[in-house]
Amino acid sequence: MSDGLVVENLTVNYGAIRAIRNISFTVSANEMVAVIGANGAGKSTLLKALSGMIAPVSGSATWNGISLQKKRPEELVRLGIVHVSEGKSVIPELTVDENLALGGLWRRDKLDVSAALRDSLNLFPILATRLAQRADSLSGGERQMLAIARALVSRPKLLLMDEPSLGLAPMIIDQIFDALNHLRNQLGLAILLVEQNAVSALKIADRGLVLNLGELVKSGSSIELLGDADLRTAYLGF
Amino acid sequence: MIFIDTLLLGISSGAIYSLMALALVLVWRSTRVVNFAQASQAVLSTYVGYEITMRTHNYWVSLPVAILFGAALGSSIDLLFMRYLAKKVRSGPIAEIAPVIATLGLLGLLQSIIGLIWGNSFLQYSTPLSGKGFTFGNHTVPFSPQNLLIVLATALVLIVFGVVFKFTNLGLALRAASFQPEIAQLAGIRVGRIRNIGWAFAGAAGAVAGAVITPTSVLSPNSLDLLLVSGFIAAVMGGLDSLVGAVIGGLVLGIGFAFILQYVGSSVTFLAGFFILVIVLLIRPRGLFGHQLGRHA
Repeated sequence: MSDGLVVENLTVNYGAIRAIRNISFTVSANEMVAVIGANGAGKSTLLKALSGMIAPVSGSATWNGISLQKKRPEELVRLGIVHVSEGKSVIPELTVDENLALGGLWRRDKLDVSAALRDSLNLFPILATRLAQRADSLSGGERQMLAIARALVSRPKLLLMDEPSLGLAPMIIDQIFDALNHLRNQLGLAILLVEQNAVSALKIADRGLVLNLGELVKSGSSIELLGDADLRTAYLGF
Repeated sequence: MIFIDTLLLGISSGAIYSLMALALVLVWRSTRVVNFAQASQAVLSTYVGYEITMRTHNYWVSLPVAILFGAALGSSIDLLFMRYLAKKVRSGPIAEIAPVIATLGLLGLLQSIIGLIWGNSFLQYSTPLSGKGFTFGNHTVPFSPQNLLIVLATALVLIVFGVVFKFTNLGLALRAASFQPEIAQLAGIRVGRIRNIGWAFAGAAGAVAGAVITPTSVLSPNSLDLLLVSGFIAAVMGGLDSLVGAVIGGLVLGIGFAFILQYVGSSVTFLAGFFILVIVLLIRPRGLFGHQLGRHA
């Protein structure tokens, strides 16, 4: 039985398009793996397949030996796999407080829900001052913080992050990435980070996977990938 | 005096429209389906209430039974029918319209089943409450203890729903699942189960409407069809998404009808419903309480 996330020969369709072809990789606890590649490379589809939003065509994915196949997102959350989807995954019509509460609704251990809530607010203190506000009154950065904070109330073990930096100012991006760093280093979370912003992602990730048109074209340590001149010109354009 | 009398009548019938509108909004919010079967669900629940009243000779026993039956019926329709349909017809232009057509089919089906069991003739049953208006001095208002029951029952349903939606975890899950089902799911909420509870609530609200209004008239397989139309108009006026809007829409419509009946005449009342709807939609296209930007897809 292997630890962490083990993905083997995963193939996923997005509508009629084959978005992911035969991909294999692992992510363990205390590790952050960045998935990078151009728009349409299949990055988001990969996360959706892992969080139960799309059923893969073939291949397998396991978390600490438990198969993720044929499980709905809400069941995977109960296994500790939480997907923070693209575009600030919060419910705009609800207050900040209510959005946070959602992450713990299904949990029995209400004491730990309160503790997790406190931890989340310590990580993003700005949210503590906004509790009674509706989420749609928040700035883009605050919404992203709220989305991550809500995920943390579920006490995740594997965080699937989809483009957390999208549309945010550099200063806010730093803040979000610092938080992800903290989650890996202090709390030992496994993080699969999908990013278009390849350089920033590789700077905080331990390893990187480069996707192109649904195929895994390169993988390696972040330092290796950052120094790979071919990779830069061929797939990342930086 | 006539003004007050008319207002009282309007509030009583408006309360019933509100309940029906509420039932439609509850399902619409969580599934994007206008549930035309609601009329037949409510009427079937009322037949169950009628049967219990006939057997026990006690209306107060029949009332909770009818409401529970309505809830169970709503939940079963979702489980056995709508959920299965949604799985089969997932995409394409048919996906949006198929469930609505299905509810129309269910409307006919349930009414036929009622006809087979109880026949199509008018049935009547009464409550221990008087249908005669309260008398103040020498003036009798057209508002009876039965009307009072209608208004109180509606108010109670609204208070219960309000408390559940605003102050409980179930209510939070219901709201999250109806606003953004996908994000709710990613937050760990079992959206299918929560939706089913929405169907049950709707069924219960419709059952309350049927059980309190029917003793003031007659019971037949399609005796609540017109109520469905009024409830639908009220719901659309309220913005279809808003529970508060549904209630206010119902009251506006009920009071509007009462005044038109009093001051214009009975021949135009039904037409007036659509007239009121058009005026409201012209002034506020999203309904009185519709969201400014609508819901995200």
